Amino acid sequence: MSQLAIEVNEITKMFGNFTAVDKVSFGVKQGEIFGFLGANGAGKSTTIRMLIGLLEPTSGQAKVGGYDVKTQTDLLKKNIGYMSQKFSLYEDMTVEENIHFYGGVYGLSKEKVKERKKWVLEMAGLQGRDKSLTKTLSGGWKQRLALGCAILHEPKILFLDEPTSGVDPVSRRNFWDLINELSSQGVTILVTTHYLDEAEYCNNIILINAGRLIAQGSPKELKTEHITFPILEVETDNVVTALELLRTQPWVVEISVFGTYLHVGVSELDLGKNAIRLTLATKGIQIQRIEQIVPSLEDVFLHLLEQDMKKVAA
Amino acid sequence: MNIKRVKPIIIKEFRQIRRDKRSLGVLLVFPAFLVLLIGYALNFDVKHISVAVFDQDKTQSSREFVRSFSNSEYFDFNYSVQSYEEIDKLLDEGKVLVVFVIPTNFSKELLAGRDAKLQILVDGSNSNTATTAIGYSNAIVQAYSMRIALETLARSGKELYVPIDLHPKVWYNPELISAKFLVPGLIGFILMLSAVVSTSLSVVREKERGTMDQMMVSPLKTGEIILGKTISYLIIALVASVLVLLIGYFFFDISIRGSIIWLYVGIFIFLLAALGQGLLISAISHTQQVAFIISVFSTLLPALILSGFVFPIRSMPIALQVISNVTPPKFFLIVIRDVILKGVGPAAFWEQLVYMGIFAAVTLGLSTRLLLKRAN
Ligand SMILES: Nc1ncnc2c1ncn2[C@@H]1O[C@H](COP(=O)(O)OP(=O)(O)O)[C@@H](O)[C@H]1O
Ligand SMILES: [Mg+2]
Repeated sequence: MSQLAIEVNEITKMFGNFTAVDKVSFGVKQGEIFGFLGANGAGKSTTIRMLIGLLEPTSGQAKVGGYDVKTQTDLLKKNIGYMSQKFSLYEDMTVEENIHFYGGVYGLSKEKVKERKKWVLEMAGLQGRDKSLTKTLSGGWKQRLALGCAILHEPKILFLDEPTSGVDPVSRRNFWDLINELSSQGVTILVTTHYLDEAEYCNNIILINAGRLIAQGSPKELKTEHITFPILEVETDNVVTALELLRTQPWVVEISVFGTYLHVGVSELDLGKNAIRLTLATKGIQIQRIEQIVPSLEDVFLHLLEQDMKKVAA
Repeated sequence: MNIKRVKPIIIKEFRQIRRDKRSLGVLLVFPAFLVLLIGYALNFDVKHISVAVFDQDKTQSSREFVRSFSNSEYFDFNYSVQSYEEIDKLLDEGKVLVVFVIPTNFSKELLAGRDAKLQILVDGSNSNTATTAIGYSNAIVQAYSMRIALETLARSGKELYVPIDLHPKVWYNPELISAKFLVPGLIGFILMLSAVVSTSLSVVREKERGTMDQMMVSPLKTGEIILGKTISYLIIALVASVLVLLIGYFFFDISIRGSIIWLYVGIFIFLLAALGQGLLISAISHTQQVAFIISVFSTLLPALILSGFVFPIRSMPIALQVISNVTPPKFFLIVIRDVILKGVGPAAFWEQLVYMGIFAAVTLGLSTRLLLKRAN
């Protein structure tokens, strides 16, 4: 048996003439947290839906837990958990009733449901609220309850589709702690997100754009492999004008705004630093700080997306 | 197919229906309420109209004439008055709706073979009842005068000869179709509407909320989902049908002449067909609005126009007669009228049961397949 929990080979999905997922291939190792990144509409949900047997691939193959997603959907479904970006709970039922329903659907025994219910309530911080209607819960609670319902049957492979969208930052943080815990118990997790910062929590990542895979690797690999030029973080009193001025300089490889700072990729470190100082000085822009930084994943992704855009345009 | 997995679906459906007052209303109260409302609106039979008589003639034939009215269940002769003032008072106070004024020369004219003039005063404030009352009065007066005419002719030794063919005429409901005839049809039509709307919405709601996907990635089979939904909504629709039959019994005096078991066999198969149609609609719709519109149009129009409920199928153009076969209420109407009104057994309507059974099997099977078929 291969070490891969998920193996995807040139999987493609067309909706009419529109290619939503274009020959995407990747592998997910057992027990790892695998990040699936891309902007809205990049094709993340479509890919997941093919992997869990909800959508038939137009072409290509995929195996999940060793089962073929086209032909062995029954076996596949028993062995995976799925949490959709809508937190698919019955809002008009109580927390407990939702747990009982999904437990029943997965054929868990009464005792097992009881045991898992206790675990879910604890995990989600919902003790004492088991009789509350689900619609009265806040986003974070719904999110954790949805996760609980998706893993009642203790699947070895878990698909999470934008589990952190629409919840507050504290809940997002808590949620990643839960994911880490599951992973440490040996559960393989494929998680999609459009929050680039969340990629840091993953063991491996793929980035897709417009249905095409544009990069894959561990966060560390991605940072070192793709950005070969130094990046300077520049703090000024006028970000907008500075951006306009620097954007057109021939020695600036890439430039982007990060909050109130600029990240400027330059062809050569010292030359770049001086050139930035001189250029900004001509317009009287004050520089508070200028220093080289280790590129973040966000830098890498922005770089990759820009490259991809250039390639498509060419 | 695993019954153990169907049970949680049934439990869930009942929980949701119980909490959703709107769908509970659509399923249970709405059919009974609508039957009551439409039943009364369609019920143009006006009975026991309160009547006063001002008999100025006071002869044997005038008394005989009055008696011909009091034999009818349409009129109650509550007052005998002696003056126009009294008439005014009774009409004003709403104690009577109709007053017959028999003139002094009533019997004299009749005996002479001439037209006798009769004055009828009607309270026009309820125009519907008033018109009906006039219609009935006319019918009875004409029947009476014809009898007189015939007797007169007989006395004169001539051959019986009826010069004018008289037809009593009642407006708005000329065939005097009674609630007894309409309400059974109404039952089918309304049960169909509520069953189709509620099932189609229930599945599409799950699509919208993503819970359908969640069920589809579980080991549940599509057939099990459909079965769970069908059983739940079938039970509720059966309860609704009991309510509707009780309304028919208590308010419209409709008792079931035939076998109640066969009636329920018919209702059962009919509801399966209706649920099948609802599930089929939900399989092809993506939003609740779309499902609702398709449900209403696909039930309301055929059930109203093609089922024979309002317009007799015999008198339709051939094309429509053929199309009418796609609507379950058409078959159900025959079954329910046979059992309730005629009291006949399954020999008379087994074909209808088979047709509805086929409709149910096709729609349920098709919706299972469509839901199973993954997008594109
Ligand atoms: N059933 C469908 N029919 C047609 N187009 C679809 C369908 N589902 C998704 N798409 C399109 O495919 C693209 C990818 O969608 P999706 O996988 O949901 O993106 P993501 O999850 O990355 O935001 C989008 O442009 C979307 O409009
Ligand atoms: Mg998505």
